[in-house]
Amino acid sequence: MTDADAPAEGMRPASGTAPAGSDPPPVLAHGTAPDPDGMAAQPGAATEAVAPVSSPLPGAPKRRRHEFLYFAVRNKKLLVGISVVGFFVLVAIFGPWLTSYAPLATGNTGWHPPSGRHWLGTTYFDEDVFSQVVYGIRASFEVGVLGGCFSVLLGMLVGFTAGYRGGWMDEILNLVTNVVIVIPLFAMLLIIGGYLHQLSLLWEAALIGMFSWPWAARAIRAQTFTLKNREFVGLARLSGESSSKIIWREIAPNMSSYLMLTFILLFGGAILTASFIDFVGLGPQGVVTLGTMMNNAFFWDALDLHIWWWFLPPGAIITCIVGGLYLTNAGLDEVFNPKLRSL
Amino acid sequence: MRRYFLKKISIYLLTFWVAVTIDWGIPRLMPGNPLQVFLLKFRAQPDAAKYLQAYFYKAFGFNEPLWKQYLYYWDGIFHWNLGVSMFYYPTPVATVIGQHIFYTMGLLVPAIICAYFVGNRLGAMAARRKVLDNSILPASYLISGTPYQWFAMLLAFFLGALWHLLPESNAFAFGTTPVWTWTFIGNFLEHWILPFLSLFFIMLGGWAIGMRNLIIYELESDYAHWLQMLGSPARLVRRYAYRNAVLPQLTGLALALGTFVAGQIVTEIVFNYQGVGLLFFNAITNSDIFLMQGAFLLVIIGVLVANFVIDIVYVLVDPRTRVSMMGAEG
Amino acid sequence: MSLRVEGLKIYYRTLYGDVKAVDDVSFTVDDGEIMGIAGESGCGKSTLGNGIMRLDGRMRKVGGTVELDGVELPIGDDRAMDRLRYKELSIIPQYAMSALNPTRRIRTITRDLLKTKKVRYSAEIEEFRRRLDLVGLDEKVLRQYPIELSGGMKQRIVMVISTLLNPSLLIADEITSALDVSTQRAVGEMIIEFRDRGYVKSVMVITHDLSILAQISTTILVMYAGKLAEKASADTIINAPLHPYTQLLISSLPEVGVRYEDRVLSGIVGTPPSLLDPPEGCRFHDRCPFAFERCHEEPPFDEVAPGHFVACWLRSKSSVSADAAAAAPVADGGEG
Repeated sequence: MTDADAPAEGMRPASGTAPAGSDPPPVLAHGTAPDPDGMAAQPGAATEAVAPVSSPLPGAPKRRRHEFLYFAVRNKKLLVGISVVGFFVLVAIFGPWLTSYAPLATGNTGWHPPSGRHWLGTTYFDEDVFSQVVYGIRASFEVGVLGGCFSVLLGMLVGFTAGYRGGWMDEILNLVTNVVIVIPLFAMLLIIGGYLHQLSLLWEAALIGMFSWPWAARAIRAQTFTLKNREFVGLARLSGESSSKIIWREIAPNMSSYLMLTFILLFGGAILTASFIDFVGLGPQGVVTLGTMMNNAFFWDALDLHIWWWFLPPGAIITCIVGGLYLTNAGLDEVFNPKLRSL
Repeated sequence: MRRYFLKKISIYLLTFWVAVTIDWGIPRLMPGNPLQVFLLKFRAQPDAAKYLQAYFYKAFGFNEPLWKQYLYYWDGIFHWNLGVSMFYYPTPVATVIGQHIFYTMGLLVPAIICAYFVGNRLGAMAARRKVLDNSILPASYLISGTPYQWFAMLLAFFLGALWHLLPESNAFAFGTTPVWTWTFIGNFLEHWILPFLSLFFIMLGGWAIGMRNLIIYELESDYAHWLQMLGSPARLVRRYAYRNAVLPQLTGLALALGTFVAGQIVTEIVFNYQGVGLLFFNAITNSDIFLMQGAFLLVIIGVLVANFVIDIVYVLVDPRTRVSMMGAEG
Repeated sequence: MSLRVEGLKIYYRTLYGDVKAVDDVSFTVDDGEIMGIAGESGCGKSTLGNGIMRLDGRMRKVGGTVELDGVELPIGDDRAMDRLRYKELSIIPQYAMSALNPTRRIRTITRDLLKTKKVRYSAEIEEFRRRLDLVGLDEKVLRQYPIELSGGMKQRIVMVISTLLNPSLLIADEITSALDVSTQRAVGEMIIEFRDRGYVKSVMVITHDLSILAQISTTILVMYAGKLAEKASADTIINAPLHPYTQLLISSLPEVGVRYEDRVLSGIVGTPPSLLDPPEGCRFHDRCPFAFERCHEEPPFDEVAPGHFVACWLRSKSSVSADAAAAAPVADGGEG
């Protein structure tokens, strides 16, 4: 307890031009990008006790963890988001034991509505929709995690280097970022996929990662800039630590919550983007994904044949998973960032 | 001011160069010859295949060294000569695209504008009251997580295939030709509603979330705090906050363009709406290389132009940037 | 009598309990008085000033009354306070330089503000121009956006706008902390000028900087850990303080202009107590070199000389311990 005087000071970034939050993930039109200012603010002593902040300054880590939990278990967004995503993770892991059909095994008797034998009915080709969904959820998580990891790693590489090194390195990386950010991800994937005719799951994730890192890099760069001038980083530099060590030991841990939020958004974004690619028919073949299910359903006239149980579940599940991830992100943002807690 | 725009323009030019180079390079870098895949379709007509092969090799300049091929490609772009579509042979790609672009714009532009304003309003409402925040916000997250094609399919299925309220396919009824008559316009609008709704609705969530967060941020700002200290009613504070938040949303618009491209393409596919997105898709499924290149190029040009327009509008609309750049009283 | 504060308690709600930032505080501010509030960071001075103006979300009035010109202020009732804010009491906030909405011209901001008080802009425009002129600003700033103005200009505009309706009480919160020394002087003189011209009846100046208080204030109120330690005329506080805390505070300032927040209070051992769970009795006792038994009881805020209030058992009229008084380093000046 050092200052009861001005609990808000230090949390309020100098007012001025465009505020934070305008740097969006490409898939969520924009906005849920975690507020960099909330984190980058100088929490100093002023905010420690009265309004706890995810303070990068050393001090009372135990208390902060306690506060984190306190707000975390009271945050409805976070709880709902995590439960939804957690549920589907469980389905992805244990689902295959619940079904006796292989996802692509066909009964050759045409399509059937949901029944006791086929919980979610069968497709035009008499394949079991439920087992397809189960394996599709797996594929979605795989693409999401891989794609999210690829882009976060790229974003970190570019963001840290640009922010920490500065100078011409920053100029060049910034230019690259600005160029890649303008090129529409999906058009890029379409044209690459168009020549390759199909993308394996790994390629799909890699390509998504390759083109969706820029906004993360931008935000990470900005954070690195502010952290780089902090005392503890200066100390580390004085003690002769190498740049990469300083970045990994001093800077990255201090924005770990931020990196996590970024990853969650990119994770959700990758799932969505993969579903577009699969829907267009450029996705992996021989593997069932939620996107290819929609592709098959649509192009085999599920709409006109009224086989609603074929296309409804995969889309609804993607909506739940990605919506759940975004909700988790927003919840965590509120927990990490006291400014948003009030509402 | 000049510096700012020069910088922006140079970035866009650089982006254009990168995109064109990718556009040119990908078919040449990819394993296998894309032409062979296309020509396989003409196995039954060896004469035609032979003729086409000769034509495309020449058009592609495959017989020339790479750097010459590259220069030819740029030369073609400057003359708006993008080759001939294989699928719509012998119509030039530029003409094919020209025939489709109207439909894309007619769908995309109104959807973006409507979603922008309605979404921002919703977000502002969410920031105002807790009840609304607890309903609008979760809904917005769900919308943001919805795959566009799925929502389009929902609309097409329920309002089209199941209840027959609206046509679910094509930009106008089969058998009619586009002419400026009221019957045709009515018919066109009828076909326009579902894809429009689909695009509009899908875009809403992002704006609402962004606006809500920006307003909350604004309400925390010093000027809002001072107004409250001086006893200003919440109405005034909110009005200021909304105004200040809606301006940065314009930059959000630029950043969301990539998403709109994806949304537009899959929506056109689901509703079989003959815009550039559907064209792009058809080009890919038919390995129509020139058309693919042309459609990609058009998407890039569209996005760059839109970015530039947003840059200009933003500078003009926001006094913070306008004054700092022009120094004058706007 | 302009302002009378009686037993005021303002607490902060936190995860760990109530932070008693202002705890049972009573004092008065006369017409024409410029009262400085001094104290270390976290002593509650800012909460006191801002709390009288407006309680923010986490602040709560727990007890006490505040009277302005004989009328009780409905602190805690935000709506009712809104009617008085700006007209009767006003504030120059700590963040004055960023208090102006960046996307509105100065005249629009002023017009909107006046409109909320049902005052027509056109009726005030002449006076507004005169006062801008007084603080050395050309009227063309009216047509400008805040971004076109320097920080100092923005602060002066906020000062003029805040006092345009001649409030009875003006609260100036850390208005000099971001300024260089010469600008600080100018701002200080403006406050005095505003008082002399009757734009404001009385002023509460909250600051970390004792030198500015020495320059402008008529009286100084010293706070420690949410309680009042001492109040007297500025001269007395600086030259002949009675409370041990005030003495240490003053003596730990070797030269004028050094802000005590920037330095460790070398003369005072320890740190201020937590306001979550403040110690019984005098809150200064565990750091006080003269503490004795009695200090475990809470000392009253007594008037030991006309206009000189102290909360310390050493000085208390009710029971002055001769030994302890003799041990104090500063002579009482024959007043006791």
